[in-house]
Amino acid sequence: MKKIEAIIREEKLEPVKLLLESLGYHGMTVTEVSGRGKQKGVPIKWGSKEYRLDFLPKLKIEVVVMDEDVSPAVNAIIRGARTGEMGDGKIFIIPIENAIRVRTGDSGTNAV
Amino acid sequence: MSINYADTAWMLVSAAMVLFMTPGLAFFYGGLVRRKNFLSTIMMSFACLGLISVLWVLYGYSLAFGPDHAGLIGGFNFFGLIGVGQTPSSVYATTIPQLAFMAFQGMFAIITVALITGAVVERIKFSALTIFSVLWFTLVYLPVAHWVWGSGGWLNKLGALDFAGGTVVHIAAGVSALSLALLLGPRKGFKEKEPMEPGNIPMVALGAGMLWFGWFGFNAGSALTSGGLASSAFVATNLSAATAAFVWMILSWIYRRPSLLGVVTGAVAGLVAITPAAGFVQPIMAIPIGAGVSLLCYHMMLFRAKTGIDESLDVWAVHGMGGTWGALATGIFCSAAVNPAGKNGLIYGNPKQLLIQFIGVISVSAFAFIMTWILGKFVNKIIGLRVSPTEESVGLDISQHGERAYGGNLR
Repeated sequence: MKKIEAIIREEKLEPVKLLLESLGYHGMTVTEVSGRGKQKGVPIKWGSKEYRLDFLPKLKIEVVVMDEDVSPAVNAIIRGARTGEMGDGKIFIIPIENAIRVRTGDSGTNAV
Repeated sequence: MSINYADTAWMLVSAAMVLFMTPGLAFFYGGLVRRKNFLSTIMMSFACLGLISVLWVLYGYSLAFGPDHAGLIGGFNFFGLIGVGQTPSSVYATTIPQLAFMAFQGMFAIITVALITGAVVERIKFSALTIFSVLWFTLVYLPVAHWVWGSGGWLNKLGALDFAGGTVVHIAAGVSALSLALLLGPRKGFKEKEPMEPGNIPMVALGAGMLWFGWFGFNAGSALTSGGLASSAFVATNLSAATAAFVWMILSWIYRRPSLLGVVTGAVAGLVAITPAAGFVQPIMAIPIGAGVSLLCYHMMLFRAKTGIDESLDVWAVHGMGGTWGALATGIFCSAAVNPAGKNGLIYGNPKQLLIQFIGVISVSAFAFIMTWILGKFVNKIIGLRVSPTEESVGLDISQHGERAYGGNLR
């Protein structure tokens, strides 16, 4: 069982959500976050001066899937979120020990 | 004529109320954009408060209301308020100090320029907008104000009726908004149908409330006296806003859900439509005028969305088309019994008035559209109208003003 944690552009939530849904991954948690990557934000020109805007608003999507579902889900996120420009985001994959559904107490595969 | 103190008191209060509409518009527009452009959108209106107030006093009042030249423009006689003092004008509002009349009219100029900004939010360069505003105020607003309201203005002489600015304010701003939006192009992501939902609808409602309140000064104040005519315009104003708000709510209910955004947009449309008519029609006629404007503007908004034109906050659909309906409705419903300076309209057996209103609508629309296009092209050539794609993604609050609407370390 793995957690896919994807940091994406705010405007790409809709296409990513639809692609994940079409593959049958319905459950997800979305958080508004701020962050920066290798480029340390973006340069903004103001008259002759230039300064860096270092934290940009992004969305973080968390999806928990079975091991064999990691690569289709990741591909869906990439397809939905990619523009080819800097700032498209990152995806992290994290092992998950267990999952429990609060309503029923089911755990493991049944709870995902 | 000597000064009437009741009139003067009412006109000073009215002027302040009309001024209050521009911050109202700032919040109305501000709430409609995405969070990252909230502050910049408010800034556009507040910049007009600063800029246009000064220009109005320097030369605006003079060119709009100074002695006529060929029916097209006023003279420079009142440049820098020379000769505009505590005594009444011999031509306009002859019972109040000319300074009060000048101040009242200045507030209209401010909000008219600010209205256009709704079309270009979230992507226009602030410096370009500032230059455009100065040019538009000088070369579009002042001539049109003179044509319609100036003594000797050609539309005024023709007998076109515009009580409080349906043509001068709303048609001029609405049509110019469409023109400038076409020139500027859509927001980044608009064609890709990225979500661009309003950032804060309660803020829109707050702004609409401020507009509704201020509009009593706008319309009832346009009586330029504090008596019966002001009262008649006051009642008509509220009735039209209320009817339009209600009808828009029903429309949104039929098609989806009763929407707060719908109710407040309807109220504004109702206020726009009654603006030219307020002091020329029986107050009860505000009901058909208000109902008509919601039916028209609602569908014009849907139509605009279908065309794929990013006239972002529907200034054309609500103010341009609402103003057009108001101007024509004035020609249909006006009655000389309400206002001796008015005329009888279509329903009182004078179809000619409708034709005159139509001429006013067409000429002001064409002039505003073409002039805005030329001025926009010019500004684009000298400094460029648009921000860079990165600046647009980051939002204009930070990229244009270096400030954010909401504090905190991150967002």
